[in-house]
Amino acid sequence: MTDAAITAGAAPHGQGPRATLSAAEARLKKRYRSEMWFKAQGIAAIVVAMIFLVVLVGRIVAQGYTTFETHSISVPVYLNPDRIDRTALDGVNYDYIVAEAVMKKLNIQDDELGTTSGKVMDLVSRDLGFQLLDKIKADPSVIGKTITVTGPVKADADLYYKGEIKRATAEEDRKLDNQQLGWLDQLEKSGTVKGGFNFGFFTKSDSTEPEQAGVLGAVVGSALMLIITAMIAVPVGVMAAVYLEEFAPKNRWTDVIEVNINNLAAVPSIVYGLLGLALFINWLHVPRSSPLVGGLVLALMALPTVIIATRSALKAVPPSIREAALGVGASRAQTVFHHVLPLAMPGVMTGAILSLAHALGETAPLLMIGMVSFVPGVPEGFTGASTVLPVQVFIWENASERAFHERTAAAILVLLIFMIVMNAAAVILRRRFERRW
Amino acid sequence: MLTWLSLLFLALFALAAFLLGRGRALKAAGGASVRLHSLPNYYGAYAALWAGAPAALLLLLGAVFGGRLEEAVLQAERPAAVSALTPDRQDVFFSDARAIAAKEAPSEVAYEGELKTALDAKVAESRKITAIVRYSTIGLASLVALIGVLLALPRVGLEFRARNRVEGWINGLLIACSVAAVLTTLGIVLSLVWESWRFFQSVNPLSFLFGTEWSPQIAMRADQVASSGAFGAVPLFAGTFLIMLIAMLVAAPVGLYSAIYLSEYASRGMRSTIKPLLEILAGVPTVVYGFFAALTVGPLFRAGFNAIGAVLIGGPLDGVGQYLMEVQNQMALVAGVVMGIMLIPFVSSLSDDIINAVPQSLRDGSYAMGATKSETVKRVILPAALPGIMAAMLLAVSRAVGETMIVTMAAGLQAKLTVNPLDTVTTVTVQIVTLLTGDQEFDSPKTLSAFGLGLTLFVVTLALNIIALRIVQKYREQYD
Amino acid sequence: MTVTNPNALALVQGHAMPTQNRDGGVAAPVIHTAVPQGHGVVETRDFKIRARDVNVFYGDKQALFDVALDIPAKSVTAFIGPSGCGKSTFLRCINRMNDTIPSARVQGAIEIDGADVNAKSVDPVVLRSRVGMVFQKPNPFPKTIFENVAYGPKIHGIATRKDELEAIVESSLKKAGLWNEVADRLHQPGTGLSGGQQQRLVIARAIAVSPEVILMDEPCSALDPIATAKIEELIDELRSQFCIVIVTHSMAQAARVSQKTAFFHLGKLVESGPTEEMFTNPRDSRTQDYITGRFG
Repeated sequence: MTDAAITAGAAPHGQGPRATLSAAEARLKKRYRSEMWFKAQGIAAIVVAMIFLVVLVGRIVAQGYTTFETHSISVPVYLNPDRIDRTALDGVNYDYIVAEAVMKKLNIQDDELGTTSGKVMDLVSRDLGFQLLDKIKADPSVIGKTITVTGPVKADADLYYKGEIKRATAEEDRKLDNQQLGWLDQLEKSGTVKGGFNFGFFTKSDSTEPEQAGVLGAVVGSALMLIITAMIAVPVGVMAAVYLEEFAPKNRWTDVIEVNINNLAAVPSIVYGLLGLALFINWLHVPRSSPLVGGLVLALMALPTVIIATRSALKAVPPSIREAALGVGASRAQTVFHHVLPLAMPGVMTGAILSLAHALGETAPLLMIGMVSFVPGVPEGFTGASTVLPVQVFIWENASERAFHERTAAAILVLLIFMIVMNAAAVILRRRFERRW
Repeated sequence: MLTWLSLLFLALFALAAFLLGRGRALKAAGGASVRLHSLPNYYGAYAALWAGAPAALLLLLGAVFGGRLEEAVLQAERPAAVSALTPDRQDVFFSDARAIAAKEAPSEVAYEGELKTALDAKVAESRKITAIVRYSTIGLASLVALIGVLLALPRVGLEFRARNRVEGWINGLLIACSVAAVLTTLGIVLSLVWESWRFFQSVNPLSFLFGTEWSPQIAMRADQVASSGAFGAVPLFAGTFLIMLIAMLVAAPVGLYSAIYLSEYASRGMRSTIKPLLEILAGVPTVVYGFFAALTVGPLFRAGFNAIGAVLIGGPLDGVGQYLMEVQNQMALVAGVVMGIMLIPFVSSLSDDIINAVPQSLRDGSYAMGATKSETVKRVILPAALPGIMAAMLLAVSRAVGETMIVTMAAGLQAKLTVNPLDTVTTVTVQIVTLLTGDQEFDSPKTLSAFGLGLTLFVVTLALNIIALRIVQKYREQYD
Repeated sequence: MTVTNPNALALVQGHAMPTQNRDGGVAAPVIHTAVPQGHGVVETRDFKIRARDVNVFYGDKQALFDVALDIPAKSVTAFIGPSGCGKSTFLRCINRMNDTIPSARVQGAIEIDGADVNAKSVDPVVLRSRVGMVFQKPNPFPKTIFENVAYGPKIHGIATRKDELEAIVESSLKKAGLWNEVADRLHQPGTGLSGGQQQRLVIARAIAVSPEVILMDEPCSALDPIATAKIEELIDELRSQFCIVIVTHSMAQAARVSQKTAFFHLGKLVESGPTEEMFTNPRDSRTQDYITGRFG
């Protein structure tokens, strides 16, 4: 046979090679076409998955990054003693005083109906008014003087500065009218309004007004909740795994426990929420919406995954280590706690961190136990009302203001960064301490 | 606070017991610890365990169940004025009494006359009971700790096997921890069954499972509580099924094909890039997918269908065009597709494991016969891996059925019996969330129906998981 | 009939077998003579497979060094040597199974009927249909016996009609000596057979595409002595139709089934020649040591 024969194809059963050479060639071509087609399908699947990833992450970044820039206004405010009733400081309309100061900057007068001042108030956050109140309460002698206050502009004004609300849009389709946009331009030109990094997003908690809403409360809530989860799920999970892997006799009971754990890992998270509601809230009266009850529910949820991860880390420790320890007269417990568990520790910690990262992103069970409530301010402790990052995302997503959508995406970015940090920690731990036996 | 303080004291006491036990052992050995059966620290630990563990357990039980106990005692005797109230109001009354006693904010209900007197009496009683429960727990714990030490210390001696005893304690602790998993299951089952049973007392289980009308809001009205027609869950099951089906249509091919490509075709470099990227997709919280579905995919699909509709209007397919112009953001298709995206990495990594478990010898056998890669995959690997892949798909289905956030944010609330993916449907999980968030009275059938749905969900997903895990186990045994 | 390809022989003498050269120029050509040897006869035909300067690397590690070997057609050639010596690696070069290992790199020329299997124009898929392979552990596909044997003819399009397939399956199973044992259960899973039957099923699967060469990688190492004897018997029968190359751990097996033997050691081909001669009068001291059991 020749070189060509090898390339051309197999000699069919019982027939001469020459007769069916072209048929064999055609057949081979067809086979390679189907090979290419199949491979293309595989590549297409991966490309599709990657496109989804890029679109998902890209879209959230695109929606959220604008949050990190914000605009603040600083105006000198004359605290007119005629307007401020010293006997009822809380009843004073500070927003109007601020609006007056802004109008002065703009060189405009209020009309009789107060339409203009109303429109100006729509541009400036109520935060400035609260600042005035705080300052007066701290030092009543400022009344009659002019003080400068700095605070955020209203969310819609901020969106205009950032180009999200465009002048080109028909006036009736946008929240700010042409006059207001003119004022905003004027304020920016005069340097009264300045752009900058949005520190408030990280130092404030939830608020009904988007420009004052931040993630601090949710971040602290998440941290408190995760501490509870970690303190329960990790030790209990590790000890359960140690028992099942190293001590338990192989009998019906341990089989039951094993099947049970594998199935628990696949129970929908919302079912854990129902359990938390019935058990912790209605029966044990743990305070609703608290990091404590959230942490308890997530601990139950994370328990099976911690157990499974720990068991596989323990399995990876070769039996020779156990035999060596037992051989020098160590007891079973000493073998496990002096040798096996320390060697498995990197794997255990990796698994634990990954389960906690998963718990950090969990939302559904927390809705069941009342975490979906408006909580302004940082949670007061493990039993105080609190919200957590993913739930904050859910709450803000439901809000109708456009500025909240921006903040939702930004809150997601904060959440994703926390998760990436945790996952990276797990990966580094694995890379650094992983031992190949 | 008091609990923490007593726990701290207990810890100090246990430390003292440790030192005593250790010292006693060393003294018995005359300073030569080799003569002891166990290391001196084990004797200390033995004493400390007896001193601390039972008492600590008692204190914890007191902290967890003390409230329950107090409540039960408080409610044992109800003044006539209170008994006259509706059960709901009675609960409010007692919780207010306890709140005032604990110096917390009570509800805004105003109490007058006889009720006010009764309330004040109950507040005083509550304080008294709290004090009794608290101090008796602490007293009992101290007693137990003392007895523990007194029993443990005399046993410490040369021949005493302290290490074995301490390890016995450790073993017990480990067993208790592994039982925790079983208790969780038990807790899930009991709470779901208990609340569902209460629900099924007012709604016939058959009309719940087979009824085709779901409108729990109507049933809130007192005269309709017993009307079981409003709790027909079939539209929810249908909606769940429809969204699951769409999700699987996205996730199954993409996930399976990418697993095949990654395990059979991709170079090592490509695998090590793509796999972590897929893991990112898997690690994204579901609430993020929900946000993506509600604010990106929903409007995009709607705009797309509207555009198609605009083209079709006036043509031979005018009716279809009209319909497409009216589709909403919250169509089943949106939730399904996004859920499918979420499931891709899940399906892919499970299938990858399964495909990698097919022994290399089968691949070699096929390649040696002159098969191409795709022929090997299609004719040898996939048939061999079929049971495992089926199991992976079942697990994905179970995930899809139990997924909550995506559907809560992207699917609707209208319970409709439809197979049209462009229509708005609702799912079991969406209804559970809707029924249990916001203000709720706990005993109404409306709230309890969430537990009925939860029980159904649990049973279905559990069945899927058990079957799938069974298949996977069998499959692995085959190739081990 | 003496040397078929003078160039090839020159290559052999120049590179791979310097020892033989030193021992005396007569030694090398002996392989190619038509002298009847022991129980088998090396037929006086062309060599089916010629290998020259074959080097194989796994990543940075070199597994084969400058192997040069001629394998005669219609006879059994055995590769022997201690484990890890490269005999299986060389075997897997012949049908390019090393292609499936990403880190493997093959250099040098391996020719079947004068055509280099590593040439760009050669399609491994087609090559493997001409060079069948049987593995150490029986690896029937998890399908029926019938489907196992019909797999090759189906993918290569040798037979499409059911009766054609049935004919091929029957004749292949008969050739593999398995027909009588499985004729009544063709549609039961092949994995249900005994180890020896599975191995014969795999041989039948290889035969079904009418290959020219059958490579066997320690085909009996997972089998009991009775099953081994059956396989050996089968190999002897198949010799008349195929060029068979067998890797074996057992020197006794090599002596029983092969006409030519090649001894590998540490990735090098130490010596090759008619089996009878190798076992009675090895030229290299390492061969001597190995067959007398001093190492390996």
